[in-house]
Amino acid sequence: MTATEQTLTSAVSPSGASPLTAQQLSRASRVGIASAAVLIGLGINAVLGEVRWGWVVAIAAPTFVLLTYVASRLVEGQRRAVDRVAAATATMAFLVVMLPLISVLCTVISEGASRLDGTFLTGDLRLTPEDLMAQREGVAAGGAYHAIVGTLIITGLAAAIAVPLGLFTAIYLVEYGKGRLARAITTMVDVMTGIPSIVAGLFAYALFILIFGPGSRTGIAGGVALSVLMTPVVVRSAEEMLKLVPNELREASYALGVPKWRTIVKVVLPTAIAGILTGVTLAIARVIGETAPLLIAAGVAQSSNYNPFDGRMTSLPVFTYYQYVQPGIPTDAGVARAWAAALVLVIIVAVLFTVARVLAWILKPAGLR
Amino acid sequence: MDTETSGAPLMMTQRTANRGETEMIEPQAIPDAGPTGASNRLEVSDLSIYYGDFRAVEGVSMEIEARSITALIGPSGCGKSTFLRSLNRMHEVIDGARVEGSVRLAGQDLYGPGVDPVEVRRRVGMVFQRPNPFPTMSIYDNVVAGLRLNSKRMRRSETDVAVERSLRGANLWEEVKDRLDKPGSGLSGGQQQRLCIARATAVEPDVLLMDEPCSALDPISTLAIEQLMLKLKQDYTIVIVTHNMQQAARVSDRTGFFNIEGTGKPGRLIEIDDTTKMFSTPAEQATQDYVTGRFG
Repeated sequence: MTATEQTLTSAVSPSGASPLTAQQLSRASRVGIASAAVLIGLGINAVLGEVRWGWVVAIAAPTFVLLTYVASRLVEGQRRAVDRVAAATATMAFLVVMLPLISVLCTVISEGASRLDGTFLTGDLRLTPEDLMAQREGVAAGGAYHAIVGTLIITGLAAAIAVPLGLFTAIYLVEYGKGRLARAITTMVDVMTGIPSIVAGLFAYALFILIFGPGSRTGIAGGVALSVLMTPVVVRSAEEMLKLVPNELREASYALGVPKWRTIVKVVLPTAIAGILTGVTLAIARVIGETAPLLIAAGVAQSSNYNPFDGRMTSLPVFTYYQYVQPGIPTDAGVARAWAAALVLVIIVAVLFTVARVLAWILKPAGLR
Repeated sequence: MDTETSGAPLMMTQRTANRGETEMIEPQAIPDAGPTGASNRLEVSDLSIYYGDFRAVEGVSMEIEARSITALIGPSGCGKSTFLRSLNRMHEVIDGARVEGSVRLAGQDLYGPGVDPVEVRRRVGMVFQRPNPFPTMSIYDNVVAGLRLNSKRMRRSETDVAVERSLRGANLWEEVKDRLDKPGSGLSGGQQQRLCIARATAVEPDVLLMDEPCSALDPISTLAIEQLMLKLKQDYTIVIVTHNMQQAARVSDRTGFFNIEGTGKPGRLIEIDDTTKMFSTPAEQATQDYVTGRFG
């Protein structure tokens, strides 16, 4: 019987049909393969000398993939084997990416939580001689209230400049722009994305020297520096979100005799608002941790300054940097303040994301929830 | 909307027309009785539609009677949708689109100098192939979207009346009256399409264009829309593009057949006549072949 005849008969009589079930690697055998991979990793390490966990993982991971492939190839066949290798590789890649995030979070929380106290949240760095004495005794002193305020003011200013600018640019590019000008703007936005942050700081510093005179460092200069970094991110994300709005909705609106600008304001923007908000939040998160441009444009201050147009203003990243570089005596006090400031920054970003998520959900069209 | 506003001239500024030295556009002189009047007929003469250099439709002339249903049939890509969209200047959404010839609504040239396309679209509404209710809006807001977005200040009591009238007109009121504040996108496809028709009729246009309004719907919903069209014909001039010849035969008073010689060639109107004649004894052989299913 030839192969063709076989398929023909199998189509007719179920008795001769090739089975729809196939052998599978059992859960136990997969656990066994994983254990074997770890043991091999440990064994090689032990043979070569001291056991280092990094090396154990580095050997065990590819061994696991290899063993899985071989076992699956023998039991389940080629297609299943490739599937298992792809799944294992993807899972490992995910773990590798998660590692730094979890590590950073754990370190910042464990190191920073100890100094996240009332003094830290309400005080500044104008330490009295009594404070300095107390600090030598190991009593917590000094705070980052001025840096928290500075971060909020500078980032707020940056957002106030960059969000309208970026949103209007995106609206122009998606709804109106065509031809050479639109292409030029797109290219410039791309170039802007690549500006090193310190160059943005130098630009803002130079710009505000022309306005406030030589040597001036102000909150607004910091805000402008950050807005230079933030604008292209806002443009890009808003552009993508506006492009996602189906053309049918615009046409439906035009067909009702609604002018273009009203269509944009009342139909296009509300449909895209949730995504735009998420994009803006990401842009803020991108700049809120900037250090270098603020070091140049806004400078360092030891106490609160609520006026962004006069005098230096510290932000949390700059505070962190200085507490680490110039921790004072004893150094532990300064380093602890640096960790606490980093923790506050992480918390601010987390709160921002949560608020944006909630807002996006509320504003999201009821039909798309 | 009262007759005075709906009968307002399409002209933003009154000036001498380019074509013909002697022709002066005098909108005030043109009688217009609004949506209930009988003068809302469309006259298309020698209309060619271009996308850039490409001529999509060539030399179409037809008269569309007020308060009747005109169906446009023809194979895919023959320019019937393009032609339909040119009747309320929707094709201009695409860059480089332009027309030659004229389209007159109640005597006024839609392509005359100084004519505002936005104003044209307020008089000539459109229903699209795929139901497209605004996802951000409730059923209620969808219906009054045209009125609200045209920045009319309306009291709640007035919009309530408009919503009920439009939804009843679209045979949708009984199905949605208890959930007017729910999103329009939660309705079924057929209901969404009727919602879109209600939205289009809420602004009380003179003409209603429908671009394959049933092609995304099941037979039951299609039947509902067809019944609705026959009802709407009492008040509106309706032009419908359809791929479904039975539908054209069922609902339309007159049928126009579009055809195309080949790819890259412009579409043409082969003939337009009473629907019964078009489906029994058309003048052209191509029409005969198409309606009997020999091609297309």
